[in-house]
Amino acid sequence: MCGTCGCGDEEIVPVEVHDRILSGNDRTARHNREHFAKWSVVAVNLMGSPGAGKTAILEATAARKAGAVRFGALAGDLETSRDAERLRRAGIPSVAITTGSACHLDAELVHRALHGFPWQDLDFLFIENVGNLVCPAIYDLGQAANVVALSVTEGEDKPLKYPVMFRRADLVLLTKTDLLPYLPEVRVDAIRDALARVNPAPALLPVSARTGEGMSEWLSWLESRRPAFEEEPATADPVSS
Amino acid sequence: MHEYSIVQALVERVEELAREKRARAVHGVLVSIGELSGVEPDLLATAYVTFRERTICEKAELTILPVAARWDCPRCRQGIPRGSLLSCPLCGIPARLAAGDEIVLERIEMEVA
Repeated sequence: MCGTCGCGDEEIVPVEVHDRILSGNDRTARHNREHFAKWSVVAVNLMGSPGAGKTAILEATAARKAGAVRFGALAGDLETSRDAERLRRAGIPSVAITTGSACHLDAELVHRALHGFPWQDLDFLFIENVGNLVCPAIYDLGQAANVVALSVTEGEDKPLKYPVMFRRADLVLLTKTDLLPYLPEVRVDAIRDALARVNPAPALLPVSARTGEGMSEWLSWLESRRPAFEEEPATADPVSS
Repeated sequence: MHEYSIVQALVERVEELAREKRARAVHGVLVSIGELSGVEPDLLATAYVTFRERTICEKAELTILPVAARWDCPRCRQGIPRGSLLSCPLCGIPARLAAGDEIVLERIEMEVA
């Protein structure tokens, strides 16, 4: 009953909430993050357009660190497990997450994929997101870092056009730089400038999976994301066979 | 298009709160959506109209409060105009996004007995 005039009508009351709509996803992401931290696994959310070269970079990464670093991957796509198969062939234990029609991964999809996958033994878990420059940026997965792959053929102004994605990038890998000689109109400096107008701490690393350009810097960057106590002495671990 | 999954999360949250308050109906929902949130207000409104059928939000009007992006210096608080390099010209430190990434459920108008 209406509290003010006693007219017998139901009362309409405002209920203040002021909470993120995706608070459910945020909760699951926090849970994932706690798991990763507990097992000292560095989770990297790898995003970018379809065809930006995300899988190729991971293949090249594995080829350079085979045996020395334990990589694993979750590969998100609308359909097929082709990327996961490619990564497994490259020596990266991988599971496919097929999203059906969803344009992004969310924390729950990642959480479910981790069941039955021996991720606890990894040094790095790459979460290769669905190829898309918009939606994946919105969902926290529990990652330690966001890496965006942007290929040189995509154009200089992509960061300005997709600020939501590039604002959150801890690192932008400018991929396929071996194609630059064929693209006289593409200037790396212009891409760097565009990134600095949407990201307050811009980091751009030109790489090529084909020639190996930038790969050692990329590997150093990955190493720098590992928890400090994980740093191992240069001598071989006596326990390992 | 992720607006449908945002609406799904929104309606679930409203249902949960309505149950908690023993509401008979929901008359209005107010959300704020930042310019840099990655959520398109028009698409969100369309997704809402489609998704609210047969939910507690069926008759509830959605009001979207757009929030403009605003960058400033975390030290001197000087505003940094959009489109410029995102570091403070005076302090030389990275700018921070002071507003504009909101995807927030602000208020629900509920009918309680």
